[in-house]
Amino acid sequence: MSETQRPKSVGARVQRLEDPRLLAGRGRFTDDHRAPDTLHLAFRRSEEAHARILAIDTATAAAMPGVVAVFTAADLAGEIRPVRAESRMRDYYATEFVALATNKVRYVGEAIAVVAAESRYLAEDAAAEIEVDFESLPPLGDTDAALAEGAALLHEEAASNVIARREFARGEVEEAFFAAPHRVGGRFRMHRKTPAAIENRAYRAEFDPGRGHLTVHSATQVPGLIRDALAEILDLPGSRLRVVAGDVGGGFGGKASLYPEEVVVAALARRLEATVKWTGDRLEDLTTTSQAFDEVVEAELAFDGAGRLLGLTAEVVGDVGAYSIYPWTASLEPVQVISFLPGPYRLPAYRGAVRAVATNKPPMGPYRGVGRPVSVFVMERLIDMAASKLGLDPVEMRRRNLVAADEFPYRAGSGLMWDRSGFHECLEAAVAEIDYAGRRAAQSAGPGADGRLIGIGVASYAELTGIGSRISAAPGMPINTGTETATIQLDSTGAVRAAFGIASHGQGLETTLAQVIADELGVAPDAVEIVQGDSAAVPHGTGTYASRSTVLAGGAAILSARGLRERIVQVAALLFEAAADDVEITDGIVAVAGTDRRMSFRELAKAFYSEMGRLPREVRDELALEVTRVYDPFFGTTTSATHIAVVAVDPETCEVEVLDYAVAEDCGRVINPAIVDGQVHGGVAQGIGAALFEEVRHDADGQCLTGSFVDYVVPSAAEIPAISVTHVESVLPATEGGFRGMGEGGTIGATGAIANAVTDALRPLDIDIMELPVTPERLFRLIQNAKINAKTKERDET
Amino acid sequence: MSGRHTITVTVNGRAYTREVAPRLLLADFLREELGLTGTHVGCEHGICGACTVLIDGDSARSCLTLAVQCDGAEVGTIEGLGRVADLGRLQQAFREHHALQCGFCTAGMLITVTDLLAKYPLASEADIREGLSGNLCRCTGYENIVRAVQDLVAAREADPA
Ligand code: FES
Ligand code: FES
Repeated sequence: MSETQRPKSVGARVQRLEDPRLLAGRGRFTDDHRAPDTLHLAFRRSEEAHARILAIDTATAAAMPGVVAVFTAADLAGEIRPVRAESRMRDYYATEFVALATNKVRYVGEAIAVVAAESRYLAEDAAAEIEVDFESLPPLGDTDAALAEGAALLHEEAASNVIARREFARGEVEEAFFAAPHRVGGRFRMHRKTPAAIENRAYRAEFDPGRGHLTVHSATQVPGLIRDALAEILDLPGSRLRVVAGDVGGGFGGKASLYPEEVVVAALARRLEATVKWTGDRLEDLTTTSQAFDEVVEAELAFDGAGRLLGLTAEVVGDVGAYSIYPWTASLEPVQVISFLPGPYRLPAYRGAVRAVATNKPPMGPYRGVGRPVSVFVMERLIDMAASKLGLDPVEMRRRNLVAADEFPYRAGSGLMWDRSGFHECLEAAVAEIDYAGRRAAQSAGPGADGRLIGIGVASYAELTGIGSRISAAPGMPINTGTETATIQLDSTGAVRAAFGIASHGQGLETTLAQVIADELGVAPDAVEIVQGDSAAVPHGTGTYASRSTVLAGGAAILSARGLRERIVQVAALLFEAAADDVEITDGIVAVAGTDRRMSFRELAKAFYSEMGRLPREVRDELALEVTRVYDPFFGTTTSATHIAVVAVDPETCEVEVLDYAVAEDCGRVINPAIVDGQVHGGVAQGIGAALFEEVRHDADGQCLTGSFVDYVVPSAAEIPAISVTHVESVLPATEGGFRGMGEGGTIGATGAIANAVTDALRPLDIDIMELPVTPERLFRLIQNAKINAKTKERDET
Repeated sequence: MSGRHTITVTVNGRAYTREVAPRLLLADFLREELGLTGTHVGCEHGICGACTVLIDGDSARSCLTLAVQCDGAEVGTIEGLGRVADLGRLQQAFREHHALQCGFCTAGMLITVTDLLAKYPLASEADIREGLSGNLCRCTGYENIVRAVQDLVAAREADPA
């Protein structure tokens, strides 16, 4: 029986198993470990954005109190083998991964030298005394500078500052536009953002010289990828190299790449035969952790008088910063912008082209949503602009164009394939949840007593999650991100332990995976020990990113737990001398149905492993109580949602307040509603940040102007509204367990919803939001310009 | 910078005497000297609130406080709110409401909430959000933290102990 047994744990708001330790201050974050002889690192970083290094003088630093050693790139030349973020993509140049700058620096904050000292205080004192002689080169402060005729080259060997190009085309775009009765379009700009996890990046490596073992504790989302990269860079077999991500204080993509400090920490632990640690501070995070969303999109949408979409074109320029990030490449985000631009809509013709341009800024890398917050901002603005041109309600405009239930699978203009997902269902659910009609009625009554203008903004989107091995998570990347391994065992004490390659950093995967296994195996979730975030757990793993872990690890958990269950049942059948079909497992008790014959997992394990003679001897091998299964969904599955935001804009102070926010999403079968809601809340908050507050700013010389949380504004509880989440389960996808990924969606939908809401509020002033974040300063300028334009118009008309 | 000071600080009811450099931050004193790593550091410039502790009953940024300033003071940290096996009331409310994800901001949040509950009426959701606005959380979108605090406020009314 029991394959059909009703799940008890999946779908329930199970309290998280990781919480007690985190709530009691007993988590183990990378910086928490204390060992007496630890050496602390501090980096001498570049204050120049683009310069040649003429000389480095470390003598003073080396003689300072507590300093053990100082290293430059030249000192480590033999220990760090070069790697590059390779891709099979044409028109792509893979820059070399640089641990410490050799002859050139390419962004402010790039590491040049490193001090190892007895304490972090002393290491920082010494790092400040390292003298670097620079010869300044012309800074490429933005893509215009980098694309200008005769611009200096950031990477001379690349022969161009454009390091990746890609184009997608489908249908007869020119004809569609030629024949189209209506068009809207313009130049959209989204500014640079940074993940800003509250825990800064941190690495600690321990070397055991006796065995030649190196263990790297890393605040990373991707211990498996880092292990594989370090094995190559340090030329070590995986058996002597382990990467462990303990508790990790948020990542959002910022901890999903290989970093220079990580490589240096690992290399120095081996070189110095010591425990070596580096914990970044916030300035280092804001200037050296990967950044994102820095794109300009020129887009145009063609449609007919009934509001039906006919064609879409887009030219995207992505500012990818100084290096092509390892392993995702510089093409990751910009290509994703054009891949997802067509959105969840029926669109017969599309052409999207992108150029990834290198500049003197920190490298661009994955960030929650990867490009899609930009696509959704642009496409959802276009849809609203079209609706407004036709005098259609934005919701009605979407109703007419969202791919309908009977049209799946639907191939989007960029070639992406949407499997059945609740596009329309999510729209209608969000409309109902926020009382859209009521809001519109209230809005038409005019501004409130406080003079604030009310706006309502809708955004619908679709994303591909849980991507299998058919395509890599990054374009052309020769690394398989599409499989996940689970090894589950019942040990000789009767304990259940399941090991994975994923790495939870706030998602609660220790709980959700335990829930999945609990149901398959017939035990309580807290009886399942989940091992994750450790490259030694399974032979191959990558980590947690790209909304993959629930789908892939969840699938692997189901397969392996089912396999183990079968063996437990067979062992029990032998011990009970009963038919396997009559054996059932409930709450960790194995019993023969309808009898009083029962035993606990502990008793069964003892009989199996330790009590000689209880079972035929070959059974211990044939029914070994450990099962490993690999799950590969091959294709991904489509997660979709509609977000609706209600905002109040104060035309005097230029402040935008988000009053209300509703999300309706289809993430397939929900394992733990509390966790899913939480992911959406957090994602929306980051999307609101991207739309209204957060911006990494550089001046024309490439100096970062937002090096603290005073200047880089992360929204607090006072800026984030109450957020309602509605789960729509349309039809379960074909993934094992019926799960869809949902870690990023909150951020993806919010940029479009907020931009549309602010535009809607400013309708009386005839302002279209084309640039995010729409900070008070930008809004002030827009309102001033609108007033001037209105006056000119008035004058011209009279 | 030289010269060390002998200080005695009471943390979660236990007195510790240590010799420290004058520039040692309270956050580093707790984490490095006492091994109380529940208090986290997120920015070292007073904005994120992750490092919030109680000093003589008031919430304070341990990243902006020198250890020597706390000589003779009573300091309260997350470790004093309850144990893994016996979570305190605030910790339980956070767990029930799923008010934490990565748990990195949580120590500071819990201390701030301790302070808020002790001092303010927190009559409206807006008041609660205002009270929490000195603590950044990047994971939760604050929704469930606000719900947990609302619950604690209600419990306080019912049982003002
Ligand atoms: S670490 Fe003290 S406020 Fe951020
Ligand atoms: S729970 Fe991660 S920062 Fe708050």
